Amino acid sequence: MSLAVDDLKVYYRTIRGDVRAVDGVTFGVEDGEIMGLAGESGCGKSSLGNSLVYLTGRMKYVGGDVRLDGAQLPIWDFEAMNRHRFTQISVVPQYAMSALNPTRRIGRMIAELLASRGVRFSEVEDELVRRLELVGLDGDVLRLYPIELSGGMKQRTVMVLSTLLNPSLLIADEITSALDVSTQKAVARMLVNFREHGFVKSMVVITHDISILYQVADSILVMYAGQLAEKGSAETIIHAPSHPYTRLLISSLPEVGVRYDEKKLAGIPGTPPPLLRPPEGCRFRDRCPLATARCAERPPFRQVEPGHSVACWEVAA
Amino acid sequence: MRRYLLRKLGIYALTFVAAVTVDWSIPHLMPGNPVLTLMGRIQIQDPKVAQHVYDNYMRSFNLDLPLWKQYWYFWVSLFHGDLGTSILQFPTPVSSIIVHAIPYTLGLLVPSILLSWYVGNKVGALAARRKVLDNTALPVGYVLTATPYMWLAILLVWIFAVTLGLFPVGLAYSPTAGRGWSTAFLLDVAHHWVLPFLSLFLVGCGGWAIGMRNMIIYELESDYAHYLESLGAPRRLVRKYAFRNAMLPQISGLALSLGAVIAGALVTEIVFSYPGLGYQIYRAITNEDYFVIQGIFLFIIVGVLVANFIVDIVYVVVDPRTRIGMQGGQA
Amino acid sequence: MSATGTASPRSIAGAVDEHLPELPQPAMSGIRETLYFALRNRKLLVGIAISTAMLLFALVGPVFARHPALEYGGHLSVGPTTKDGYWFGTTLLGQDVYAQFVTGLRLAFVVGVLGGGIAALAGMLVGFTAGYRGGIVDEVLNMLTNVVLVIPTFALLLVIAAYLKVRGIMTESIFIGLTSWPWAARALRAQTFSLTSRDFVSLARLSGSRSWRIMFNEIAPNMSSYLFMMFILLFGNAILIAATLDFIGLGPSNTISLGMMMQLSVQNAALQLHLWWWFLPPGLAIMAIVGSLYVMNVGLDEVFNPRLRSM
Repeated sequence: MSLAVDDLKVYYRTIRGDVRAVDGVTFGVEDGEIMGLAGESGCGKSSLGNSLVYLTGRMKYVGGDVRLDGAQLPIWDFEAMNRHRFTQISVVPQYAMSALNPTRRIGRMIAELLASRGVRFSEVEDELVRRLELVGLDGDVLRLYPIELSGGMKQRTVMVLSTLLNPSLLIADEITSALDVSTQKAVARMLVNFREHGFVKSMVVITHDISILYQVADSILVMYAGQLAEKGSAETIIHAPSHPYTRLLISSLPEVGVRYDEKKLAGIPGTPPPLLRPPEGCRFRDRCPLATARCAERPPFRQVEPGHSVACWEVAA
Repeated sequence: MRRYLLRKLGIYALTFVAAVTVDWSIPHLMPGNPVLTLMGRIQIQDPKVAQHVYDNYMRSFNLDLPLWKQYWYFWVSLFHGDLGTSILQFPTPVSSIIVHAIPYTLGLLVPSILLSWYVGNKVGALAARRKVLDNTALPVGYVLTATPYMWLAILLVWIFAVTLGLFPVGLAYSPTAGRGWSTAFLLDVAHHWVLPFLSLFLVGCGGWAIGMRNMIIYELESDYAHYLESLGAPRRLVRKYAFRNAMLPQISGLALSLGAVIAGALVTEIVFSYPGLGYQIYRAITNEDYFVIQGIFLFIIVGVLVANFIVDIVYVVVDPRTRIGMQGGQA
Repeated sequence: MSATGTASPRSIAGAVDEHLPELPQPAMSGIRETLYFALRNRKLLVGIAISTAMLLFALVGPVFARHPALEYGGHLSVGPTTKDGYWFGTTLLGQDVYAQFVTGLRLAFVVGVLGGGIAALAGMLVGFTAGYRGGIVDEVLNMLTNVVLVIPTFALLLVIAAYLKVRGIMTESIFIGLTSWPWAARALRAQTFSLTSRDFVSLARLSGSRSWRIMFNEIAPNMSSYLFMMFILLFGNAILIAATLDFIGLGPSNTISLGMMMQLSVQNAALQLHLWWWFLPPGLAIMAIVGSLYVMNVGLDEVFNPRLRSM
């Protein structure tokens, strides 16, 4: 297995207590698998993805085990993780367009970054240019300052840079959010391309936009309020979801080409529970049409068929 | 880049014209015949001197000519380097007074500005890294920056010169030391220079340290810093980038702070009776020597504008964003 | 600003972490939440404590002054004593230092409020309008701001004040206010830019509100905290400039201020005569007021910007 996460718990420190952003998450990503991580804002997907690479100041590791290619990832130890970053696990951040140092030429920054990681620029330069051309950028980009590039160009540069050392796992965090629809498609294709070329082995694509995942992902993991709701192949999740939350999520998607004159677009009524002092039991209980008394106890994330797991008493008891 | 610099030059030219105009118009804003009013205040005893001064004034103000001509002549004499004559130190021309005072003022200003900028920035950068230093350096910085320049000067004089006798109380050099470029004289000058320099230096340090510390924290929280860290870049590299980027606003800050530092230098000179522009202005104000005041004012304006322009050039060289932005880079 | 070229609220503020993911936080009413953090911020508390103490001193102090500030008494160069109520001693000419001190303290606050207030007002008008309107209005105002910004205003004040024979505290404050606004205008313009690009303003515009209304009802409340902090900085700045002007001899006529006290003490060789009670209190008072205000400002910034709150 490429990535194995077991009961991972990552909380945010706040003055009022711990916000339980990632509260006991277990899943795996195979070699060569592109897994989508979906859910609404605040469900913890970004926290989950980012915690695998880089714990920001407020985040604290509470428990759980993370293994990449069999070896443990010491995500609680900032310094120890450096060894793994960029080489084995890498990230394309949400803020890719402002991720490049504005006062350094791009090529120089990359050279200095590589040098600090013990890689000679001259050794990878050809490959770097080749990959840049692959995503539609000219090698000359290296001589420019970030301000001279468009947003899309900067994002593509970041994508190439993040995968330059061929990491086993790439975390792509909301990389299509700031783009228009046609560019979204292009970027999504690029991701798949990277895998085809062997630049990356597996990916976790974090997004709130499920339609992207449909184009790109092999499997989809749906999160709700810091916990897993459902995981299955893209086909299953999109066309035959089991968990009530996933079903409501999918059905609330507008279909292309359909007019919504008479039917109101139904969102999911209600709001997610606060993660500061989350309720006991299933966290979707308050908004779930199928909720029963049993849901006062947290349902386990159980496999209903090969490659498909759900956390719901009604569906997978 | 050229457009940017030309634009700045334009603003400076505009500013210069505005300043000269203000300088020229102020005496005219006083009610009545400005010359007679001035004469009345000065009360010169010697009738010959009085007549001379009166003629000087009349010539300078050209009150018999229409207003615009007076204005024009003001500019003309300005470009001839004629800033009028001092009343107190009659018949010394104002320009001569200025020329003799400049070395002392610059001798205080330039080292204190540059050194306080350098040291302050370094301390601020260090404070941004270490919590312990931060907790001590920051309050000290705020206190220093809130200290009025002249009071720190007073304090230094009282403690180190008067009470402890380690340094001279004032002046640029001992009246007894022979002038000329002998080592003894130079040492004497340096000895007299230390306290006034220190006074300017300390206050400046406080401000720069605080500014730099905040800028570095800001840079360390930026997207590019986070991205580098997530790619496993060592702290060293991130800090290096943060430091360089934090320096940029500090450079433009130099120009902004100039006005305040000059004011500080002026009052410091007064405390130490240091014969620079500040001291001359003080004497001029106390003795209502208006031409000297006006002349020094214009000189300061020119100096500040030149310094601003230099800083602008340096900034353009150092920050690629201004260079490229001006060439219409893609956004 | 005293040599703190970059000590604008922006930089005093420092860190802004924009990539904290959404944290659903339990709701606490806005004002109560602000108060909660305000009461726990040490810098804010210390700053408020000291500046309020000084303010009280200025307000109540004169009650305890036994002699008129400018009157030449009989006891020359006496140290602080309880005899005859010369709490801070006397000057070389027998004047009551305490009386002078409290008079100067009051003047300092007046100058701070007036000078700082005028500068804040002017800065807000210019910066706000420029940032909100944009376009040609912005260009013109920007040019104006830059010109006034570059002029070493102190030198300007020198010339103006030198020509005025009779100077009042009002005139001094007005001049200071009219020359220190550009820095505030720039900062407020930047703040306006960042606020007007937000959604609630677009919404207001769409619903047809007139410009002025939008400015007051939507933007102003959000700006108010920023404006307040700016005012505090301008207040301190005005006090410093006034002290410098007074020290050079351009202070208000017919009265005594802290800067003038320092000037007179230096002129009368108080340093050589070790009359420390004459020259130490004025500068100390200024340092206390301005310093506590600066520190208070930093604390305020942390309170108003949740992201800056340290653990």
